[in-house]
Amino acid sequence: MLLNPAIIALISGSLLVSIFAFYALVTALGILRHWDIQSGSERQLALERKTYLISTIFSYLLGFELFSLILFIYNAQHMHDLFVGAMCAAGSLNVNNWGYITLVFKIITFVLCGVWLIVNHSDNRAHDYPLIRPKYKLLILLTAMIGLETIFQTCYFMGLEADVMTSCCGTIFSEETQGITGDMARLPPFRTMIVFYVALILTLRVGIDVLVTGRGPAVFGLLAGVTTVVSLVAVISSISLYYYELPTHHCPFCLFQNDYHYIGYPLYIFLFLGGITGMGTGAIEGLKGPASLSRLIPALQRRLCLFSMAGFLIFALIATYPMIFTDFVPDF
Amino acid sequence: MIWIERQRAFLDFTLSSLWRRKVRNLSLLMIYALIIFLLSSVIFFTHALRKEAESVLKDSPEMIVQRVVGGRHSLIPISYVEKIDQIRGTSSVRPRLWGYYFHPASKTNYTIMVPEEFSQPDDTVETGAGVLRTWGPLWKGKLYFKTHDGEAILLKAINTMGDETDLVSADLILMSESTFRKISGIPEGYANDLSVNIRNERESQTIMMKTVKALPDTRPILKKEIIRTYISLFDWRGGYVIVLLWGALLAFFIFAWDKATGLSAEEKTEIGILKGIGWDTSDVLMMKFWEGVVISLSAFFLGVIAAYVHVYFASATFFEHALKGWSILYPKFSLRPSVNPYQLAILFFLTVVPYTLLTIVPTWKVAITEPDLVMRH
Repeated sequence: MLLNPAIIALISGSLLVSIFAFYALVTALGILRHWDIQSGSERQLALERKTYLISTIFSYLLGFELFSLILFIYNAQHMHDLFVGAMCAAGSLNVNNWGYITLVFKIITFVLCGVWLIVNHSDNRAHDYPLIRPKYKLLILLTAMIGLETIFQTCYFMGLEADVMTSCCGTIFSEETQGITGDMARLPPFRTMIVFYVALILTLRVGIDVLVTGRGPAVFGLLAGVTTVVSLVAVISSISLYYYELPTHHCPFCLFQNDYHYIGYPLYIFLFLGGITGMGTGAIEGLKGPASLSRLIPALQRRLCLFSMAGFLIFALIATYPMIFTDFVPDF
Repeated sequence: MIWIERQRAFLDFTLSSLWRRKVRNLSLLMIYALIIFLLSSVIFFTHALRKEAESVLKDSPEMIVQRVVGGRHSLIPISYVEKIDQIRGTSSVRPRLWGYYFHPASKTNYTIMVPEEFSQPDDTVETGAGVLRTWGPLWKGKLYFKTHDGEAILLKAINTMGDETDLVSADLILMSESTFRKISGIPEGYANDLSVNIRNERESQTIMMKTVKALPDTRPILKKEIIRTYISLFDWRGGYVIVLLWGALLAFFIFAWDKATGLSAEEKTEIGILKGIGWDTSDVLMMKFWEGVVISLSAFFLGVIAAYVHVYFASATFFEHALKGWSILYPKFSLRPSVNPYQLAILFFLTVVPYTLLTIVPTWKVAITEPDLVMRH
């Protein structure tokens, strides 16, 4: 195992986050067991107060999850000198079997945390806690994900050996590689970009509908999810090419490097902003049932939709910029 | 816009409320800042050392070839140069002559070396800044050496190298090849090791394998490996010091927890009154959030700035020996300042995250205070 300050920070931070998530989950399950909104008993009042604690804990956890995701990627970037063959984070994560799964879990937990907070926020706006059961049940999944992420991350760091031979991003994300990373790299860049722009325009178009008429939030949520996935594929298959100005380099991680002005950070942050708020817009559509929420939700959906559209637009601008302003013309 | 105004009002209220209890809050702030100062000193210092090592090694040869006899480093025949030169991809191969010289008067070991080009006459040596400082009395500007067979020679010292290269040249004495062989006793036709320059560094792994194949009794060492060793060494040392500081960190977190739990009667009344005049639990939580932000950020910046001064202007007086290594003649050098978001993120994760999480529960307990309960007392 390697012992550097960032690894200590990540492991201890994740451990603390898991402990607090678990504590919040236990409190939430306690609330669910005795919850009775009709009652005015002392116990019910105490339970209602406890809901504040859970909301507060998870709002902080969302912030820390984002931080830990960024630090995790940055640390993988920083460590690549230590492994023979690694040239960026892609290689460091490939050193053992736990690297990529930790990254995937970190992203999923972050997105789930965001969606949960949106649901929680809409629930808090209503006076009678209409969503308390579904939202606290969702916490079981969320806490399990956070716990697993902590375990995977610890396994990853424990299993690091400095003299291991790993693969560089050039081979992992190469058109010749078998498997999902190779499949994404093999996609024809030009057609992938067309699919990306079509998905983006459709999402924005439906988004305008949601903003103006309030119709179609569920479709918007779905489209936002699709656009997020398509965008990630587009980054690997073509957007990265323009940033590296190399027709064969498809690595989604080298974008985080100094050489490319750390452009990966804003790029992915805005993409995830668009994705989380967009999917959130759709997710709360199914919650309109209770009377106390039916009037609150459309207003909230509009606001989320606005954030989502802004996120996708800025992402698209960052992605399109090098296509227009560099001399690089890939051979389509 | 309304949202921003609202947060501004919260922040304004929080600041004045913190200022009203300045002694209490300042003590917390000072300890918090001290903890951050300790951690960031360690992180800045190890990072700067790593950078320094990288910049020193930047111009060194891509590969060094040593000969191994009986598992130990031994003198290498200069005839090996030709064989390595034949490997495609090498741009130059050069024998290196270097060694250590113990000077009894100053009880110090110096590094003696033959540079690539030495333009001085045989009876002259070039010395680093630390050599003349420690050597002791000179005789007419000359250094007294004892050769390997016990004979005494006097060599004129000239041209002291500058301070910029002190990290590598403090104990360095450069001399001509014949003088070196006389002092060290290394016979003609032999050198300590060979330095190999490689045109394309990415081919170094292959060239290394070819060298071992052509000359099985040699051990090539790549520059990349040396850099990697330095990186893990400094990362590891930094990690260890942080593990050692855990005790202090833990003590601080318990202190912070205690502070957040044990509110004074005055504060309780304040929150009771706030809730009495219509503040919501979430408003109190928001105020407490801003309180945490103000304290954490102030402590963070205070600690980081103090550590910056400590490491880059005062050469990290507190940690020097633990992190740098030691020697009688340790060079003086000041580190080049470099701070990046990575280091700040690590610090944030080690300090602000646990602090914030630990204060959530006590803060919530305060926020749910019933106004009538407080006012009745």
